[in-house]
Amino acid sequence: MFDGRVLLKQVILLFWPLISTWVQGAEKIDSCQLQVLEMLSSLGSAGGKSAKPSFVSYVTPEEIKSEKEPSRKEKHPDLLPGEVVFCSASTVLKYTQDDLSQRGVFGVLLCTNFRVSFVSDEEPTEEMVRTLFKNKLYGENDIPLSCVDNIYGDKRKLITGGLVKNKYPSKMIIHCKDLRVFQFSLSFSKEEDAKKIFQGIVHHCLEPKSLRCLFAFSYCENTSPNRKCVGGLFTKLLRKKQTVMFDSVEDWTQDMKRTKGNCRVVSENSNFELSPKLPQYFIVPKNVSDEDLTKYQGKGLPMWCWSHHSGCALFKTASIPLVQEDNVCCRMLTAVAHNHLYSVKTEDLSDTLPTVQDILLSYNKFKQFFLIDNTTEFWMSDMKWFSSLDNCGWLDIIRQCLQKAVEVVESLEKENTNVLIMEEGGSDLCCVVSSLVQLMLDPYYRTLLGFQSLVQKEWVAGGHAFLDRSNHLHLKDKVESQSPVFLLFLECVWQLQQQHGPAFQFSETYLTVLSDSVHVPVFTTFLFNNDGHRDSLLRAESPHTQRSPLNCPTVWDWSVQFDCKAQDLFTNPLYTEKPKQDTSVRKSYRPRHLRQLSLPSSAFKTPPKKGFFKDEADNLKKILGVKRLSRWMLSPSSDSPQTSSSVREFYEAWQTKPLDYHGLLLPCLDGPSIRVWMQRYLRWIHDVQILGGGPVAMLSKVSEILGEVQELQRQLDRHGCTLTSNHKGARPRAKTAAAVIAARSSVRLSSSFPFVTSRNWAFKPAIPTSLLQSLMVTGMPGNLADREDDGGPESLV
Amino acid sequence: MRRNILDSEYTVCHYTTVIQWKMLKYSLNLTGIRVTKVAMGDSSKSTSTSRSDRSTHAAKPTFAMSSDNVSISTDFSPELRGRPKAVAKVLRDSKEEPQLLPKESVQDMAKDVTYICPYIGALRGTLTVTNYRLFFKCMDREPAFVLDLPLGVVSRVEKIGGASSRGEVSYGLACKDIRNLRFAHKQMEDSLRKSIFEILMKCAFPVSNGLTIFAFEYGQVYPENGWKVYDAQAEYKRQGLPNESWRITKVNDHYELCDTYPSTLVVPVNIPDEELKRVAAFRAKGRIPVLSWIHPESQATVIRCSQPMVGVNGKRSKDDEKYLQTIMDANAQSHKLFIFDARPSVNAAANKMKGGGYESEDAYQNAELVFLDIHNIHVMRESLRKLKEVVYPNIEESHWFSNLESTHWLEHIKLILAGALRIADKVESGKTSVVVHCSDGWDRTAQLASLAMVMLDGHYRTIRGFQVLLEKEWLSFGHRFQLRIGHGDKNHTDADRSPVFLQFIDCVWQMTRQFPAAFEFNEYFLITILDHLYSCLFGTFMCNSEQQRVKEELPKKTVSLWAYINSQPEEFTNPLYVNYSNHVLFPVVSMRHLELWVGYYIRWNPRMRPQEPVHQRYKELLAKRAELQKRVEELQREVTNRSASSSSERAGSPTRSITPVQTFV
Repeated sequence: MFDGRVLLKQVILLFWPLISTWVQGAEKIDSCQLQVLEMLSSLGSAGGKSAKPSFVSYVTPEEIKSEKEPSRKEKHPDLLPGEVVFCSASTVLKYTQDDLSQRGVFGVLLCTNFRVSFVSDEEPTEEMVRTLFKNKLYGENDIPLSCVDNIYGDKRKLITGGLVKNKYPSKMIIHCKDLRVFQFSLSFSKEEDAKKIFQGIVHHCLEPKSLRCLFAFSYCENTSPNRKCVGGLFTKLLRKKQTVMFDSVEDWTQDMKRTKGNCRVVSENSNFELSPKLPQYFIVPKNVSDEDLTKYQGKGLPMWCWSHHSGCALFKTASIPLVQEDNVCCRMLTAVAHNHLYSVKTEDLSDTLPTVQDILLSYNKFKQFFLIDNTTEFWMSDMKWFSSLDNCGWLDIIRQCLQKAVEVVESLEKENTNVLIMEEGGSDLCCVVSSLVQLMLDPYYRTLLGFQSLVQKEWVAGGHAFLDRSNHLHLKDKVESQSPVFLLFLECVWQLQQQHGPAFQFSETYLTVLSDSVHVPVFTTFLFNNDGHRDSLLRAESPHTQRSPLNCPTVWDWSVQFDCKAQDLFTNPLYTEKPKQDTSVRKSYRPRHLRQLSLPSSAFKTPPKKGFFKDEADNLKKILGVKRLSRWMLSPSSDSPQTSSSVREFYEAWQTKPLDYHGLLLPCLDGPSIRVWMQRYLRWIHDVQILGGGPVAMLSKVSEILGEVQELQRQLDRHGCTLTSNHKGARPRAKTAAAVIAARSSVRLSSSFPFVTSRNWAFKPAIPTSLLQSLMVTGMPGNLADREDDGGPESLV
Repeated sequence: MRRNILDSEYTVCHYTTVIQWKMLKYSLNLTGIRVTKVAMGDSSKSTSTSRSDRSTHAAKPTFAMSSDNVSISTDFSPELRGRPKAVAKVLRDSKEEPQLLPKESVQDMAKDVTYICPYIGALRGTLTVTNYRLFFKCMDREPAFVLDLPLGVVSRVEKIGGASSRGEVSYGLACKDIRNLRFAHKQMEDSLRKSIFEILMKCAFPVSNGLTIFAFEYGQVYPENGWKVYDAQAEYKRQGLPNESWRITKVNDHYELCDTYPSTLVVPVNIPDEELKRVAAFRAKGRIPVLSWIHPESQATVIRCSQPMVGVNGKRSKDDEKYLQTIMDANAQSHKLFIFDARPSVNAAANKMKGGGYESEDAYQNAELVFLDIHNIHVMRESLRKLKEVVYPNIEESHWFSNLESTHWLEHIKLILAGALRIADKVESGKTSVVVHCSDGWDRTAQLASLAMVMLDGHYRTIRGFQVLLEKEWLSFGHRFQLRIGHGDKNHTDADRSPVFLQFIDCVWQMTRQFPAAFEFNEYFLITILDHLYSCLFGTFMCNSEQQRVKEELPKKTVSLWAYINSQPEEFTNPLYVNYSNHVLFPVVSMRHLELWVGYYIRWNPRMRPQEPVHQRYKELLAKRAELQKRVEELQREVTNRSASSSSERAGSPTRSITPVQTFV
């Protein structure tokens, strides 16, 4: 069976035109691959019957070295398990991005069921730094199929797929979702090859396909789930404690216990009997009855997110239709209110935050600033950079999400009110806001494992429709639902991280890589719309239905993408670990500690302690509760200017307190504080790489100092032990991330570290072109510009 | 009586400071000395000790307390951070008047003055005006609210409106450091008595009122002498000058060749002093091309000068042409000379009408002229005015970036940096000598030359080296600080004022952002320089030229800012500094990487202050490292001692007491 597949690969590679006949002969291959091949063959016929002898060359340029031709067989990337080459073309020119000149590298362009790949004809030069942060799944010249954003033909004409017949552009520009830009010239390749590769790429990247065609399925069948990674700090960390997946009753119960919540864990949906759209397991307020659970199929069910140490909690729900006969809305609210002190605030996010379509529109404008085809264009756009930023509104959307989260935090922290956030569907902005609230309030989620667990809880188990939002399948009816909501969340996290660096255990690089991983169709984390969807597909796809469902890696198994050394870059060297916290993060988590974080300021009345009210008449509490409740129901945040000023006050009161990285964190939302995520967006643009500078310069120095401190400490310890023996042994070398980076500080790193290294670039500064246009056009008030530097009135022109 | 105390303490200051220096943290005021006295056994003062001890930092940097609340964002002082409560307590306990500096005296004091704070609201307190500062304190709040600013910062005082119905008059103070202050107080019933604001108007503008600038009275003694930081001969020697192509000339010893140039100049060996005089006749204000910096390897040079007096008729000067040719010849690596004219070409051409202009490429063969399109001082002044409108007091959230763009401030910063980058690139990559000039060669030329030198030479990125750079390119080469800043001058509309130096510091800050490990100094260093640019506490930025400074005997009569800074360098040190002395820094001059310097321009807004500066953490790390290093050394010494005495007993190891590093790697 194994041999058969290898053979098949080569066959596809070499004898593409004849593949259809082979497919019939290959009986042993399993259904998935059959499908793939069927698709292939259909494409093949669409591309026209092509059995022309391959040695007839239509290309003339003398650059092509004919002796390279025979080596074509070797020229393919190291294929992954389950990866199959669909088509390829040689002597494709890949332009170097950084200038307008037509320089570039010749090589083979391939399209597989996983990626579009360019393999250079030039011998790969061994790159020290490159190997440090190499993605094991795809290289720098590979584009996973679902990472392709747009393809442009000649004259920057957008290719939409389906329409091309027998035509292909001489130049193809591919914009990737991770913001890389590739430009290929097909004019030197054989016509047949060029046509096929172009149509193949367009077909596989842009045309609708079924979920089963995604690479994850063929990949998972061909890999064993056990990948061991020895050593490495990051992996040690991971191995010590696993990410909580929230796919069992225990996970949910434990998380609720951790936060001292007092709600009901629902396991009735473990086989998706209640509703396939509901998570397998979830938590609802205590007062929700069995009848409520079954009756509305999850519509309007308040789902528990997180409990504050005061007892109040955050819930989210899919919008409840306000007019309903038996008043489910009121019953659910009462259930939430009963959770703590009979008070509840509701917040309909659809009213106050941008819609998913707004988010997509804004992001589409925003990303254009970074998809740079050439230098001139870049410097032209540089003049209007700030106003363009304002106009696209992306940073403003980030600010609004953070602000909303701060409002919710205020209700929980200052007023100790239960909060119910809702929106239609309940799995987009609800996820953004609820995760942000938890990040701000709970230091556990700022650890690496905590953060991954948070994503599992709120996004994966929480039923964020990853598949529809990313539209990996290019389904025409899902175009509307496409939206970078998860990226928006990561952006917000990045803002928090920028402002309070030492509070986060993970690094900026981690967030960037996570944002890229969404577009790598290998991980089950991002491939489905909800638990039910995932379950049904993985079960159905399993080759042995009687056994366990298909075992695909989750994105949290970082060893699939990066080796241990590279993973060390995911941690933040400046992270302040909680004092006296030697054992696992979760065990030592004590809500008692949290109590200190609440604001003991005189500006706020401290909430009455739980026990204080306990003996008072229950009736009184009820009256109070109902009053509050009705007030909030009648005016759902219509007074937005007022809320924003209260958020302001809340922030300022918090700001005057001494900073505790293990306590409440609030973001500053004023104009200059919300920034562009430079690492993610500028990493591929040559002209803005700061050679020898950027955050990595700081990072390597910090790591160096930390390494030194640790080394000294070790020396001290040794001296303490061997004080009498006068032992002076060789120093054990600490091989940490610190050492790795410090060792590389001799290499000139740039601000794009670790994504791009500065190898081929001439050491020359980027001198901006077109400097003065806008200044000249805008014109100065009066004739200031014409005046002389000597200020006296006599010297005015 | 107050005076007496001051005088006695001042004398104490003279002999104790030096003795106690190593034991006590230095501070700008007398508090440190009071502690000293107690330490020496003066028990009668012990009550005041604990207070002054702690308030050292509250009052230390003249600006630390001048913001609208406890401290400014760039105050890296660990004590203040670590013990906010202690400081607050101290403030409440202390009196309503400021801790005075030597020779500082209270001019007037008024109770029940209202300060209308744009962030907190109206605050009622006591206002004190001395010959150095304005001090407002409101005791009603916890912690007490303090506003403490040097009068030199005030650019204008004006009465706003007439008396209101409540009988209050209000005054507005526009400040040079991007803020406006507003006060109100009751109309004086006794109309003969002068209002405190009239006193303020007098004291704030000593030059206009025939008074002395406080820098000439301030008599603090520092362990370092700041006036010794720069020695022209030594600096040129560091660069390897004189050499076979360049000589140091004494032609301007008495400032006769050019009264705005320093006495020490470096010119080509082959040009005798007589010829220099003829060249001077062809250059505006006699500012001939002279060497600022020479590349240690390629011998390419950075030359600065003023515009040639070409005029409408296209006048030429054989001497000047020969002179530039000699400069080019001094560098064997290149047969070309780049002339960077900082101005937009239109402005350069317009200058011909007034006798100025630019080098024509016909006359100067092998020379290539490049215009850098940097605007004049008036445009820059206007841009800063707009910026102030955008950032003070509050930032409009929704259109922040568009508003920022409309000020063009960062665009100007970009153009200046881009110009300096081109110069540095030509010298470093092209191995070509460059000549830089604008009109007079003391504003844009100073910006460009000094920035290019920061990029090219790691020495100028150290604390001392940067001081040398300022002393050399800005002070000695005659950037007209007195005119551009208007020290003690009430004429706030003077068209000669312009934030040229501020722009330069901003550019340096942009570079420190891009290369966080390449500079020995930190942000606080840059802010301190800017604060004392206006404060009139130190003599450093007084006068317009070296000639004037010599005439005014500034080194004798005033204290240098560098004395203050170099007496406590650890405050200004970037803990992440990596000494790459030979690295050339090419900053990215794209708007994408330029940002508004929040820590300076928006520092008065309490919302924009970080709670804990990141530098604090780095500093802790360095301290930790130093501590551990010390312990390791101690232990090693112990180990050798013990092995020598062959003692076999196990001692309780001191390592037990070390707390583990709470940092994750």
